[in-house]
Amino acid sequence: MGFDFDVIQRSWGYLFREGMTFTLTLTALAMVGGIVFGTLLAMMRLANNRIVSGFAGAYVNFMRSIPLVLVIFWFFFLVPYIGAWVVRSPEPIKVGAFYSALITFTMFEAAYYCEIMRAGIQSIPRGQVWSGYALGLTYGQTMAQVVLPQAFRNMLPVLLTQTIILFQDTSLVYVISATDFLGAAAKVANRDYRLVEMYTFAAVVYFVISYGLSMLVKRLQDRIAIVR
Amino acid sequence: MQYNWHWRVLVEAEPGGTGTYLQYLIVGLGWTLVTALAAWVIALSVGAIVGTLRTTPLKWAVRLGNLYVEIFRNVPLIVQMFLWFFVVPELLPEAIGDWIKQMPPPWSSYLPAVMCLGIFTSVRVAEQVRAGINSLPRGQRMAGTAMGLTEAQTYRFVILPQAFRIILPPLTSEFMNIIKNSSVALTIGLLELTGRARAMQEFSFRVFEAFTAATVIYLITNLLVVLMMRALEKKVRVPGLIAVGGAPMAGH
Repeated sequence: MGFDFDVIQRSWGYLFREGMTFTLTLTALAMVGGIVFGTLLAMMRLANNRIVSGFAGAYVNFMRSIPLVLVIFWFFFLVPYIGAWVVRSPEPIKVGAFYSALITFTMFEAAYYCEIMRAGIQSIPRGQVWSGYALGLTYGQTMAQVVLPQAFRNMLPVLLTQTIILFQDTSLVYVISATDFLGAAAKVANRDYRLVEMYTFAAVVYFVISYGLSMLVKRLQDRIAIVR
Repeated sequence: MQYNWHWRVLVEAEPGGTGTYLQYLIVGLGWTLVTALAAWVIALSVGAIVGTLRTTPLKWAVRLGNLYVEIFRNVPLIVQMFLWFFVVPELLPEAIGDWIKQMPPPWSSYLPAVMCLGIFTSVRVAEQVRAGINSLPRGQRMAGTAMGLTEAQTYRFVILPQAFRIILPPLTSEFMNIIKNSSVALTIGLLELTGRARAMQEFSFRVFEAFTAATVIYLITNLLVVLMMRALEKKVRVPGLIAVGGAPMAGH
């Protein structure tokens, strides 16, 4: 059978303007949300209060032991109910696939970012914290101005590598029929019956982006390594 | 906003006539495990070979290994799943492709799912194997050479036995990943645990009962795997080494 490149050209706009925009927006927002929430979880896990650290630990272990596909389903059905509870509506409210996916990935990736940030915080010498207190800084100030900036810097390559994985994982929104890049490719593939071409093309695009980003992370890592 | 729980649904009969919904889900767990185990065999054997090749002084082998790892690490799992299911049978010689496509239902998606998960995970196993080998002191390799062992013998008798024992803990988490990742096979029609929870939700409209049951089954499975592997880890730990807690790696 011949390889039909024309189908890619015909659907170019749909694939990238609609699909890739969805994928990249979702990745960027979930990364920011995941890192913020993950850092909070990491601080909770390292807290002296048993209840707080226990809760954060349970959350992280729970998220890490169930498959992402199941989590996507969970939130897809759960978010309308939570929304209804928040706005006191008697009926489950309608939440689009995008917001459902955004909440899912933020909550799910937070568990993974948390473990990275925890390692980052633990890699800072204790003396840094003590000197913060000795200068009269509060816990919040010590964290925000002394510990976290260093932890972020040490963990930046790992955080970015996790983000590349997040970028790849967003393709799983296929299971809730969202039109991300893969969803768009699948829709074109089924419409024109060009499965081989579209899935091969999708694989190539994901590869080019992920590989390119991982090369950038590697260079960044080398630079950080030289400075320190 | 109120959700009316109806847990009895688990003991009600599922429409396929194979028994209750709970049995239906347990059979799903069986498929999850059978898929994960078969893929694990591929992942371990391919991963061990590729990981080892990447530590040898052979330049071409290192390059080939790097290429393999980069390709399968940078394409999302679900896309690889589609490649194995939709694309590979078309690229194979027609007779073999048709034979794969015409296999009776679970097998026509089982085989691609196992291949996909096996190769996908082999890359991560290869990284662990390489890291394990590189974590050994240089002196081990030199001692092997000094004793007159060939390169292959050094690997066989000195390097690999130690490396595998060191990397057992990270391999445990890769095995748990393969169990979780097998849920992606539902996209090519394999009715494993998550796929069956989804199907149960569609048949019975009991959304949260179905997903809660699947979640609990996953948690119990995880717990059992962790306990089993802990026991194994204790048994094969290299005496005198501090329990290895490697640097945090990004991953799932």
